[in-house]
Amino acid sequence: MRVSIDSDLCIGSGQCALTAPAVFDSDDDGFGLVRPGSEDGRGDPMVKEAVRACPVQAITFAEE
Amino acid sequence: MTETAHKPAPTLTWPQSRHCPYAPPPAYPTPGEDAPLNRMRLFDGREVWLVTGHAETRALLTDPRISADRQRADFPVLLPRNRDQRSVDLPLLGTDDPRHNEQRRMLIPGFGLKRIAALRPDIERTVGTLLDRMLAAGPGADLVAAYALPLPSMVICALLGVPYADHEFFERCSRTLLLAEDADEANAAREELRAYLRRLLEDKRGTPGGGLLDGLVNEQLADGRVDREELVMMALLLLIAGHETTANMISLGTYALLRHPGQLAALRADPALMPGAVEELLRLLSIADGMVRVATEDVEVGGVTVRAGEGLVFATPSANRDPAVYEDPGALDVRRSARHHVAFGYGVHQCLGQNLARAELEIAFSSLFARIPTLRLAVAPDEVRAKPGGTVQGLFALPVTW
Repeated sequence: MRVSIDSDLCIGSGQCALTAPAVFDSDDDGFGLVRPGSEDGRGDPMVKEAVRACPVQAITFAEE
Repeated sequence: MTETAHKPAPTLTWPQSRHCPYAPPPAYPTPGEDAPLNRMRLFDGREVWLVTGHAETRALLTDPRISADRQRADFPVLLPRNRDQRSVDLPLLGTDDPRHNEQRRMLIPGFGLKRIAALRPDIERTVGTLLDRMLAAGPGADLVAAYALPLPSMVICALLGVPYADHEFFERCSRTLLLAEDADEANAAREELRAYLRRLLEDKRGTPGGGLLDGLVNEQLADGRVDREELVMMALLLLIAGHETTANMISLGTYALLRHPGQLAALRADPALMPGAVEELLRLLSIADGMVRVATEDVEVGGVTVRAGEGLVFATPSANRDPAVYEDPGALDVRRSARHHVAFGYGVHQCLGQNLARAELEIAFSSLFARIPTLRLAVAPDEVRAKPGGTVQGLFALPVTW
């Protein structure tokens, strides 16, 4: 599995970093990012919740 | 529910006032029992849809066929004070992508999680000062005037670079814009605020301070990425949204917690519950009721067809009580996961200042109940004056003592 954020869609709501902080973070400009080394989702069940929480469906969590 | 050829005139009208200040108006349809979209009549006789289902709210607020553009001729006018909305170029809230996206991207860095986290010590200091003053003047205070309003007002002033010394002026204009009965009064307040902000932005040209508006004037405005009137209206929106909404959440949240002593005791016993409690209060109180949109094409949703040109009003307190998402949805439960609430909206327009609001609310409630453990209402609960329907929900005053 691979997690990614479409930075063209991201509106910087911070929902991903608030929901699954082990996998997501916020960059200095307020946009969401996947923490380096966490691109596989770390088996964290909250990743799916973060996908659902994103207000603009900017997160993809799919088979590589 | 299916549409029929002869639809009776809807009995539901807008706006509706709440009876309990933290529960939806009694006339609102109940999610899980009634249909998720219901016909509703506005003051001007126009019929629109009131959306009460959680899934339908999220689906519609992310649907590109649904427009927020208040300058469209078919955009619903919710209240008499909004009569002239088509002549007001309202950025962010009132625009669609791609223009909305250009405007929002200028502001995202100022409201990012890390930027807001860095403001926490300042917010804590401000809270401390306000509580010192309130305690010194007491016992007894109007929590709105002494705490709930000045806190977010001071915080947004510092963030934007607006002098707090002018707070009585901009708070009065904001109140008029949000509560005026007629459009002339609201328009006059908007013009006063615009003139003030135009001068303020002009003063910032070439002599930047540390506020967000200083940066926008000397970078985006100077580079021609935003024009002056657009920036004036963005500043107006940020200033109003930055203090009115959070002030209402602090007053109404305090009231709700005081009326649920068991929940308050749990929160006091375990401060780690606070971030979740703030989400639960956002969900339950849903102070931004009545977000509005128009369909630009036919859209099938919740068993009905919303026709192109039809208006949509979103009943956020109802969507946030949808039993398909929340168990025992009317109960205040600081231990529940209130995740996925739509109190900040959903889609590209979801509240820009949501993480600032979270930080302010967490600090405001934690400090208030820690510093004043005996805080209680100074009047009977039903004597507290709540704001009428059709505006940001909250309390005019909250008499407390300790």
